[in-house]
Amino acid sequence: MRHILSIQVENEPGVLSRVVGLFSGRGFNIESLNVAPTLVQGLSLITICTIGDEQIIEQIIKQLRKLVTTLKVVDLTKVKSVEREMMLLKMDAEGTKRAEILRIVDIFRCKVVDVSPDELTVEVTGDQGKIQALVNLLQRFGIKETARTGAVAMKRGMQE
Amino acid sequence: MELSGAQILLESLKREGVDVIFGFPGGAVIDIYDQLPSYPIKHVLVRHEQGAIHAADGYARASGKVGVCLATSGPGATNTVTGIATAYMDSIPVVIFTGQVPTPLIGNDAFQEVDIVGITRPCTKHNYLVKDVKDLARTIKEAFYLAASGRPGPVLVDIPKDVQQAVTAYKYPKTIAMRSYNPTYEPNVKQVRKVAKLISQAKKPIIYAGGGVISSNASENLTWLARTLRIPVTATLMGLGCYPGDDPLWLGMLGMHGTFAANHGIQNADLILAIGSRFDDRVTGKISEFGAKATIIHVDIDPTSIQKNVAVHVPVVSDCKCFLETLRTEVEALAEDAKGGADRGPWIDLITQWKAEHPLCYKPSDEKGLIKPQAVVEAIYRLTKGDAIISTEVGQNQMWAAQFYNYHTPRTFISSGGLGTMGYGFPAALGAQMAFPDKLVIDIAGDGSIQMCIQELATAMCYELPVKIVILNNSYLGMVRQWQELFYAKNYCDTCLDVAPDFVKLAEAYGAAGFRVTDPDKVESTLKEAFALKRPVIVDVRVDPEENVYPMVPAGKSLTEMILV
Repeated sequence: MRHILSIQVENEPGVLSRVVGLFSGRGFNIESLNVAPTLVQGLSLITICTIGDEQIIEQIIKQLRKLVTTLKVVDLTKVKSVEREMMLLKMDAEGTKRAEILRIVDIFRCKVVDVSPDELTVEVTGDQGKIQALVNLLQRFGIKETARTGAVAMKRGMQE
Repeated sequence: MELSGAQILLESLKREGVDVIFGFPGGAVIDIYDQLPSYPIKHVLVRHEQGAIHAADGYARASGKVGVCLATSGPGATNTVTGIATAYMDSIPVVIFTGQVPTPLIGNDAFQEVDIVGITRPCTKHNYLVKDVKDLARTIKEAFYLAASGRPGPVLVDIPKDVQQAVTAYKYPKTIAMRSYNPTYEPNVKQVRKVAKLISQAKKPIIYAGGGVISSNASENLTWLARTLRIPVTATLMGLGCYPGDDPLWLGMLGMHGTFAANHGIQNADLILAIGSRFDDRVTGKISEFGAKATIIHVDIDPTSIQKNVAVHVPVVSDCKCFLETLRTEVEALAEDAKGGADRGPWIDLITQWKAEHPLCYKPSDEKGLIKPQAVVEAIYRLTKGDAIISTEVGQNQMWAAQFYNYHTPRTFISSGGLGTMGYGFPAALGAQMAFPDKLVIDIAGDGSIQMCIQELATAMCYELPVKIVILNNSYLGMVRQWQELFYAKNYCDTCLDVAPDFVKLAEAYGAAGFRVTDPDKVESTLKEAFALKRPVIVDVRVDPEENVYPMVPAGKSLTEMILV
């Protein structure tokens, strides 16, 4: 099963390689990875999307907590949470395709962030499902290039 | 007080109570060596950095204190890696200081530059590159704290040459608080109460103790528990010495080369109290069948050890000693007839019967007159009465040393358990001898392993460390040969060491004493003579070349599928 782990770490040199090295050294999977400083000075937040059964996920969480530079690990799959990724898609947008692409962009509430005579670059934000749905729709026009972040996620304010 | 980085290091070592360090100089640590004579710290100059780290490790295992090792940058640092991994696998508190090229050169592929922090990240508990001399004192304090607290382990501190030379105001922190590191020592009392109840209800309980009992100094607590509640005890290789080896409740080591009683005890128990042990594959055999009839309680200070290999019923995250103290309180609170020790007679009888019917044994010397390696270990035990520190190399010598010597005191058996590092035993024995100058320290070695760190004979001579090396010389890499015999159709590919040095002459070349034994009747007398000498000795015992270690559970088989003698 897919789990999203939110890992609060000391923002210091080498901390990311400790986390990533743990995954590669112990044969755990990383589906996506995101890391950035938080608003609190000296702290970074790493969001890792990983796959494994309950026993593997438990082991991953414990191993992450064991790292001396880790402050907190939360499995966001166990709570109500919001999850977002962002993707940029450079579309082949010549002639008649252009209008149709823009219509789809509109329906998905995405944004066009760059335009040239024969290309459009689209920015989409959402969970994996939404992004995949958009990709499926746009594929037939010709996607020239994509860039995508890993998931970031946060616990919802109201839990059941 | 203004001090240079090099002075800060040595002053901090002094304040940590370090009286001996093991090291080897080089360009990137000259500044430290330049200051060394001004500090009350004994430096043991080894002949290879691997010797330094193993000696620091052996010192730590024997004394319970943190071992310290110093090496230069580049090759000096990489030579310590095997020893760091050894200490990591066995949770031994060691702090390693390495020199590094000056900070402006880092990343430039400078002379003798290596990213030792990157290299050792997966085999240290934590490591540091100190880029600013102002951070040095705090980093050293943290390193010692991390190495010795929680689940102990090696910590490496990499110090660039310019940081050693830079000067700053020195203040050594008295205490340390790390917001991201808070090991759990005390157990959850409710869990312990549950454990006490489960033990009291068990008809066939067994204790499976590991190295954690030794590192938390909990042997006495464990002994009290076992004797009071009449619970038989087995231990891992790392746990040997945690329970008196001559006690009726002692079953011997379990696992691949464990005793019949220990392995059958585990497989027939209705309750297993795993304490400070980690369900290593060499212990469990076929994992799905390990202790299948038992309720398993697992006590470990490291949460990652729990539920890693075996699904346990009652996990307890705790220091072994804290757990046993709390358990004692809970047990004593129970009514006398509710403690459960009373109706264990049939179980104890069964175990006693197993011990009597299937003791550790071997075929004695026949008409060929070959010395049996097991008999050599037994002779060492008779001569020392268990009052020695035994280190081992790795392989058959290690298993025989574990099987045929009754350890009754913690920290008297020093062996590379997790990593299985050949070449470990001799330098580790030097470290142990350094910690206990008056004790008899014996390295039980093989002719293969001993050649991996033999250069440290010079160190032994130089510092008058009278370690006794007993080589069980079978002219083979015996354990691999045994596997080839049993599982690879006797294809003895590259395990025969028929070209070997004359170990007696080798000892003499270094100025040590050398003995050779080929006659079974002369084993004990020669060992006695060797042990009486107050200098380093090699005893080259020519043993039966094709003797195997038994019992043996083939890899992947269940613990009771044992090949017996």
